[in-house]
Amino acid sequence: MSTLSSYAPLLPETIMALGAMALLMLGAFEKESDFSAETVGWLAIVLMAAVILVIAEEGPERIALFDGAFVSDAFSRFAKILILAGSAATLLMSFGYLKRVRIMKFELPVLVLLSAVGMMMLVSAADLIALYLGLELMSLALYVLAAFRRDEVRSSESGLKYFVLGALSSGMLLYGMSLIYGFTGSTSFEVISGVAKDGVLGTNIGLMVGLVFLLVGLAFKVSAVPFHMWTPDVYDGAPSPVTAFFAAAPKLAAMAVLVRVLWTAFPGAVQQWQQIVIFLSIASMLLGSFAAIGQESIKRLLAYSSIANIGFALVGLSAATEEGVWSVLVYLGIYLVMTLGAFACVLAMRRETGPVEMIGDLAGLPDRHLGMATAFAALMFSLAGIPPLAGFFAKLYVFKAAIDAGLYALAIVGVLASVVGAYYYLRVIKVMFFDEAKDPLSEVEGGVGLVMGLSTALLLLYVVFGSYLEGPALAAAKSLKF
Amino acid sequence: MIYTAIVFLPLLGALIAGLFGRVIGERPSEIITTGLLMASAAMSWVVFSQVAIGHEVPGTVRLLPWITSGELNAAWALKVDTLTSVMLVVVTTVSALVHLYSIGYMHEDDSRQRFFAYLSLFTFAMLMLVTSSNLLQMFFGWEGVGLASYLLIGFWYKKPEANAAAIKAFVVNRVGDFGFALGIFGVYYIFRTIDLDAIFAAAAGQQGKTFQFLGYDVDVLTTLCLLLFMGAMGKSAQFLLHTWLPDAMEGPTPVSALIHAATMVTAGVFMVARLSPLFEYAPLALQVVTLVGAVTAFFAATVGLVQNDIKRVIAYSTCSQLGYMFVACGVGAYGAGIFHLFTHAFFKALLFLGAGSVIHAMHHEQDMRNMGGLRHKIPTTFILMTIGTLALTGVGIPHVGGFAGFHSKDAIVEAAYAAHTPHDYAFWLLVVAALMTSFYSWRLVFMTFFGETRADHHTYDHAHESPNVMLVPLYVLSLGAILAGLLFSAYFIGHEYKEFWGAALFELPGKDILHHMHEVPDWVGLAPTMAMITGFIVAWLYYIQLPWLPAATARLLKPLYLFLLNKWYFDELYDLVFVRPAFAIGRLLWKGGDGAIIDGTINGTAAAAGWTAGRVMKLQTGYVYHYAFAMLIGVALLLTWFMYAGGIV
Repeated sequence: MSTLSSYAPLLPETIMALGAMALLMLGAFEKESDFSAETVGWLAIVLMAAVILVIAEEGPERIALFDGAFVSDAFSRFAKILILAGSAATLLMSFGYLKRVRIMKFELPVLVLLSAVGMMMLVSAADLIALYLGLELMSLALYVLAAFRRDEVRSSESGLKYFVLGALSSGMLLYGMSLIYGFTGSTSFEVISGVAKDGVLGTNIGLMVGLVFLLVGLAFKVSAVPFHMWTPDVYDGAPSPVTAFFAAAPKLAAMAVLVRVLWTAFPGAVQQWQQIVIFLSIASMLLGSFAAIGQESIKRLLAYSSIANIGFALVGLSAATEEGVWSVLVYLGIYLVMTLGAFACVLAMRRETGPVEMIGDLAGLPDRHLGMATAFAALMFSLAGIPPLAGFFAKLYVFKAAIDAGLYALAIVGVLASVVGAYYYLRVIKVMFFDEAKDPLSEVEGGVGLVMGLSTALLLLYVVFGSYLEGPALAAAKSLKF
Repeated sequence: MIYTAIVFLPLLGALIAGLFGRVIGERPSEIITTGLLMASAAMSWVVFSQVAIGHEVPGTVRLLPWITSGELNAAWALKVDTLTSVMLVVVTTVSALVHLYSIGYMHEDDSRQRFFAYLSLFTFAMLMLVTSSNLLQMFFGWEGVGLASYLLIGFWYKKPEANAAAIKAFVVNRVGDFGFALGIFGVYYIFRTIDLDAIFAAAAGQQGKTFQFLGYDVDVLTTLCLLLFMGAMGKSAQFLLHTWLPDAMEGPTPVSALIHAATMVTAGVFMVARLSPLFEYAPLALQVVTLVGAVTAFFAATVGLVQNDIKRVIAYSTCSQLGYMFVACGVGAYGAGIFHLFTHAFFKALLFLGAGSVIHAMHHEQDMRNMGGLRHKIPTTFILMTIGTLALTGVGIPHVGGFAGFHSKDAIVEAAYAAHTPHDYAFWLLVVAALMTSFYSWRLVFMTFFGETRADHHTYDHAHESPNVMLVPLYVLSLGAILAGLLFSAYFIGHEYKEFWGAALFELPGKDILHHMHEVPDWVGLAPTMAMITGFIVAWLYYIQLPWLPAATARLLKPLYLFLLNKWYFDELYDLVFVRPAFAIGRLLWKGGDGAIIDGTINGTAAAAGWTAGRVMKLQTGYVYHYAFAMLIGVALLLTWFMYAGGIV
């Protein structure tokens, strides 16, 4: 009994994994009717909601299992709740779209669940092997999801591209891990941190190369420049609900694990990894901001926007302080809400003939759908970082962390990049409110409307509810040490 | 409580009329603002009798903390003493009467709510100014009245002249306010506080000390007082900064009466009197005050001699009378200065509102050359204007008494003599100015009301007496013009002045100018009266007895006449020296600086961003091997960088 109860921290993952398999069985044996697929979807949402409650009930202490390969601490719980909430919200707003393009299959919710299990393991990983397992579980599901609309060439293409490039990045990641293992003698973060102390990386070329490759593998997952190339194509090609899923939870999970690896495995090599992170950050912010300017497709625009946003989040990580980690977590939380809201709007963009994805299609939106136009405008203002919306605080905190750490140049580049970014966000608003109206869009559906309204409300009222994000984020940041 | 009510009732009126004027309508707006002002005025008289006559000094009433930043501490507070109570009475009384008068005068205007809101807003700002207990609050009121003045001068914003005049008033005042603001900064720099009582307590200790200003070692108090006085010069339209006041007559006449005669323009005098504990320790600054005041009194009177616009004559007269008040302050007779401020408010408001009544009767004709003979048409206005003129020119019997101006103006002239300025220049300038005052005032009366009419028949035949709502304020003001001097001179400047003023005004021990001025030789006391009589006789000769004489004089002394008619060419001079170069610099900065450099940079940056975006998009080819290649390059880049940075290679 006591042995079993000691595995209690694993309960959320266990529920998720078993639930996913049960739903797979249910779907497979209930045979393909639209009804059953949607039921599976709802059941998946309920499952994730239940797991959120389970996680929320867990105590504040840090528990390590399997020789320290799996940890449950405030940090992992914070990330898991956001991951599950993001995944559930994506599912919630997908049903209408999936039905319309006839890909409402029960496998999709199951894949989302499996991917979420992978993410949960990822953010709890305190060992290179555990990290790899989680990452691959997450990614394998994502590869399939990207190509989910397999009768459409763009979707298949994006799935394949993602898979090939993902394989390349996994290879680099593994190579990096093997080097690290070879030079430290362990895959455990705790042991690695003991070896990779001050100055060691400066002389130990193998360990350093290992760190670079490890970072490259993770940078691919968060789509930091120059490992971002897949992002616009996959975002554009994958079905919109899948894109929404891509942009939300996996980004957060990958960023979270990046933070954990750097903070727990390489706290003695801050000097080294700080440089890489700064480079990734600046490159992502600049490229994301500039490349988004010329985009006509809203999905491509959001792809570059997510690249830029990851760049901003990395600013906080570059600070290499507890405040910096905290700012990254707050940024990710707000980014998740903004992304979900923005994709809810994208999913709501459709005419009788089918979904539309061009920015120009939004012209004249306020005439027919004032609510959606307001929500969209609020989201864009938030992404652009206009106070008092949440996006402003997100940027403020990461820049402040950078300033406090003395990284003035980085903060200045960040502010300039957000100025450029403001241009294309505001352009969307300009098109909506001031351009000649086109054919009106169809009505907004319930699930989409709910996510849209909820995220907009959260962003608008951040000054009121912000402490519910910032408090746990602080606890999470503080828990990140041995 | 009563003090708070006095100050904030007008604000309440302004808010109601300004924000809800369109909802509640025009008549309710008028009644509410006027009613609140009358309540405020009634309470002011109560306060006056308690504080000034009854010698209860409540000190400072704190309302709210305002700014607390380091050492800087400013609170909203009402400093109540005799000086404040006098100003309260002047401001609220004249304002209430002007509100009432405006109901009649403005009855054809479409946006009366706005007008009344502005009037009440002005009154509130003026009350804030006179009750201020620190320099920042004074500055708040100072700028508030400036704003209201700007809004009211440009009230008829469709008239280009009104807009130009409003801007001119604002800009010229900016010059003075710059000095005022510098003065406040300087006071804070030296005293580490802007609270008036604290400054006064520390003033004596700063006497004779010096500090660095613009690279020179200068006397602290002299510099500060001169800077502060610069603000007073702007607001009170003193020589060199006077140009805005005559143009301000573009505003509606009630505005001229309230703001540009009775209250706002006297703010400078009030400020000098309020800061008397500071100025008394800066004798050089006081000499400058005297000089500027005397020159203004003389200069404005000369220009007033030849003006033809009825309101402009009175405007220059105001300018001139303000000069008198500054002379009084400059020689240390603050009581006399404030007394003149007090009486002047009544008779000058009377004259302005009377002029408004004339203009109203003549269908907005303001040129006196197109008037004449109006005493038959509007006899009540004629009588009232005559009372105003008698008060302004200072008619009275020496040692017995007379109209309001007789008491206050003659006191200033005597004080100027008693102060013994070099060659008695202040005294002589004021006496000559008194002569000219008498001349242009009577000229105004004669040209407007006497002789054959020069108006066209239609206008003259339809000239009509103003309604009672306009005449009642005039009756009240004329009472003030007749009696204010007689009733109050004992308090303000007579044997009770020490008890009356209490601690409100400060005078260096041993100076005792108010005492000395009663002991000047008899001929000095008679001089202003003689000047007044001479002026009257000349005016009578020129405009009644020998009507061809003015034209002949103008021909004979043509250069002088033109010099005066063109107001000493100040507007032209300023246009040449300041306005045109400012425009030229502005154009240069606009075309060159803003257009070429700033816009060029910004547009260039935007173009560069677009170009970059195009380049970056080209990278996104869609080929997997390009993407993989980019990743590998990234890895190679990072590794290379590391090896170099780490010194491994």
